[in-house]
Amino acid sequence: MLAKLFRFKGGVKPQTNKAISVHEPIGRAPLPARLFVPLHQSIGGAPNPLVQAGDSVLKGQLIGAADAWVSAAVHAPTSGRVLAVEEHVAAHPSGLPTLCVVIEPDGRDEWIERRPVDHHSLPPERVRELLRDAGVVGLGGAAFPSHAKLTPARAVAMEHLVINGAECEPFMTCDDMLMRERADEIVRGIAIFRELLSAREVLIGIEDNKQEAIAAMQEAVLRLAPDYRVVAVPTRYPAGGAKQLIRVLTGKEVPASRRSTELGVQCFNVATVYTAYRALACGEPVLSRIVTLTGNVERPRNWEVWLGTPMREVVALARPRADSSSFLMGGPMMGFEIPDLDAPVVKATNCIIAASPALFPPPPPEMPCIRCGACAEACPHELQPFELYWFARARNFGKTQEYYIFDCIECGCCSYVCPSHIPLVQYFRFAKSEIWAREREKQAADAAKERFELRNARAEREQAEKAERLARAASAKASEKRAPPDPGNKPAPESAPAVDQPPAAAGEVAMTAGDAEAIRKAAIAAAIERARSQRESAQPRNTDRLSAGQQREIAAVEARRAARSTAATAAASGTAAATDSGGAAVPPAGSRRDD
Amino acid sequence: MSWSTPPYLLADVSVRRVMLQVLVALLPGIAAYVWLIGPAIILQLLIATLAALLGEALMLRLRRRPLLLFLTDGSAIVTAWLVALAFPPLSPWWLTVVGVLFAIVVAKHLYGGLGQNPFNPAMIAFAACIVSFPALMSQWPALGLRLSLAEQFGIIAGLAPRVDAMSGATPLDALKTALKLGDGAVDVPTLLATQEVFGNFAGRGWEWVSTGYLLGGLWLWQRKVITWQAPAAFVGGLSLLAGILWAWNPQQFANPLFHLFSGGSLLGAFFIVTDPVSGSTTFRGKLIFGFLAGAIAYVIRVFGGYPDGVAFAVLLMNLCVPLIDMYTQAPIFGMKNPK
Ligand code: SF4
Ligand code: SF4
Repeated sequence: MLAKLFRFKGGVKPQTNKAISVHEPIGRAPLPARLFVPLHQSIGGAPNPLVQAGDSVLKGQLIGAADAWVSAAVHAPTSGRVLAVEEHVAAHPSGLPTLCVVIEPDGRDEWIERRPVDHHSLPPERVRELLRDAGVVGLGGAAFPSHAKLTPARAVAMEHLVINGAECEPFMTCDDMLMRERADEIVRGIAIFRELLSAREVLIGIEDNKQEAIAAMQEAVLRLAPDYRVVAVPTRYPAGGAKQLIRVLTGKEVPASRRSTELGVQCFNVATVYTAYRALACGEPVLSRIVTLTGNVERPRNWEVWLGTPMREVVALARPRADSSSFLMGGPMMGFEIPDLDAPVVKATNCIIAASPALFPPPPPEMPCIRCGACAEACPHELQPFELYWFARARNFGKTQEYYIFDCIECGCCSYVCPSHIPLVQYFRFAKSEIWAREREKQAADAAKERFELRNARAEREQAEKAERLARAASAKASEKRAPPDPGNKPAPESAPAVDQPPAAAGEVAMTAGDAEAIRKAAIAAAIERARSQRESAQPRNTDRLSAGQQREIAAVEARRAARSTAATAAASGTAAATDSGGAAVPPAGSRRDD
Repeated sequence: MSWSTPPYLLADVSVRRVMLQVLVALLPGIAAYVWLIGPAIILQLLIATLAALLGEALMLRLRRRPLLLFLTDGSAIVTAWLVALAFPPLSPWWLTVVGVLFAIVVAKHLYGGLGQNPFNPAMIAFAACIVSFPALMSQWPALGLRLSLAEQFGIIAGLAPRVDAMSGATPLDALKTALKLGDGAVDVPTLLATQEVFGNFAGRGWEWVSTGYLLGGLWLWQRKVITWQAPAAFVGGLSLLAGILWAWNPQQFANPLFHLFSGGSLLGAFFIVTDPVSGSTTFRGKLIFGFLAGAIAYVIRVFGGYPDGVAFAVLLMNLCVPLIDMYTQAPIFGMKNPK
């Protein structure tokens, strides 16, 4: 390869432990007796269920429709009967339940009508819609809806399409095996994405510890798309992080505050590209995914698993050893302990590792930070983790933001190298969620304040109107008095409002009635005065009494919110700053290896 | 926090291992020291270690911290050894004990223990003792003073009288005296060439102790226990000032090489300004910290009233660390050329 490679700073080199799970080809996991298909399997809005208990479904039938642009559809993995649409434990560290469609397979595995399309003949918007409706999401672990990342920035030409086959997490080999076995489909899928983005160049990055995958991809590229470049990148965690891979291949650095499309680059995982190809060329939505089963097991191997299969049944395929103490979903660096093996496999489930105390010894006791700086050396985003840690511990969240906590991708390099064994990532997650919670609170408070002010304004208006009416009534009376009595006249229509007034008020006005005009002016002035005093008494409670520090904090929150709104869109380019509230079948990490 | 948090893999590192490596890196210097002075320094190291562990245990007890975990982290022993190496080798035992206890109890634990001390504990001990016991802290054994093992131990234990002949002028003292006498009275190059206390390129014998520290320091750097910025900048700051004055008036000022290999220069460069807890943590910060510490050390040792300036220079710079760190934060990933 002649490609000039760039370096990202930091990173670590843990034992990869990948060799054990690549001896056998990808196996096809059997259909379980029951499938629990969560409706919410991607970042973004939760799809609405389209079926109910008793319905029969066909394989590939839509059972949950995307409810927003950033959302992705969910399908029945096989034909059968819907037993229920109910809450079921999710593949999420919280172990909270999520709404699932429970399907009892009928064994016929009968497809719905599949409609392959030629993406060339369709307008790009239609292709993006098709991908959304086929449930194509980032399979690297972030599960971000892919169609939302496939709109090029208007102002910047798309320079590079980066395809992520780096797979830097130890133990994980699902992308490796996919590239070895299904390179053609991947390369064809890349063509679709490239066209949608009008990308000038395609760079496929694979860590250099996967020689077979590199060879297979090179061979397929040579045959199908000779202008793509397959690039072997140095094996160093987290080389497979989207931002790190983009850096290594293109030299560009995407901060949290910007979208990668703004820099003319976009990144997709190989498995994502593969499913996109199947969705369009075969008309098959995403029904399964490849899962590495490894760790403390007799038979480590990759399996193609139906989404919704309970993990317990999947894990059994690998025959975990007796001393397995727990199971991790994802890699050992960014994954999490599965709280309940009844949780189903979802689109984000790239790897399940049987853990034992021998494989992952419990961490030695936490010591105080000695400011050795090892964490900063290892941080691929060049943050100062120990400073973040001090501030997070002190709950000084404003400071954590000054030190760029939202640029932290939670890769775990800092925790990995810390001689004091401080669970740094834990502290950063804590700080981030605290900040989000505060922001939500602030938003709620803002909304309440707005309501309050609206009500005040209404009251003021009503009072002013009332005063005006009174004044008008008074002036009418006054003019009535002054007018020569005319017995033939009915009461003037102008005095009609006076009838509406409560007698006391009318009397009051009548008592002080002198010059009608003067009264009217006085009444209005009084109303204005009242309104002002009311406003003044109301306002300090909200803003004026804040200390300088609080005001600064609010200003910071505002700035952040502005940044967040870019970050939310940045999520569309792989930054995925959003986390999910409990119940979503998506790991809570800020950003996974890739989307 | 519970263990069910990623990452589940951890590198095989620990505070204890870091501290052990620092101790190992001190061995070449110590070996040269023994060759130069005799086993007295070993005894001092033992006394210091014992005092440090006792002080540490006491403070951990008082602060209700896990005793075994912190006693075995090695940090107290590192402090103890640095104190012992910074003090004159034939100091009475109680002086070493006082120094070490001051370092552990006051400079370390009263500030919150491991990782919390804003000042380098060993340097605090040195500064406190040189202010409180200036005479004792200036008694460096005269070269060629061949004392038997028993005699050395006797002096340290306070059993034998502290003979005046024992304390000779250190090479730095000799130079300072020369400077005080005024221009022309003494000529430094001749002094270096003729006086017995001067060796090949610095103080006789001491130059090899310094070389030992240099080797240990380079090993620490190669093992990635320390980074190069602070030591290099310290050496740079010291050499630059020394170089300028030497170039201006070589009759009166010694050359940079002499200064580097005299006194506590290299011990300071590799084992003191590299202390992560009390030093700066940013790339540029370490450069600033080291450079200024080196420069100030030179000024104090040449023009000040104390035999060496490393301790005060480091303490002074320790004070500035929060400020330095705040203003030297490097741009993060993706923020280097904000468009
Ligand atoms: S690696 Fe650990 S001990 Fe060292 S500075 Fe970072 S947090 Fe502190
Ligand atoms: S987890 Fe965050 S702070 Fe730690 S190394 Fe990764 S990006 Fe840096």
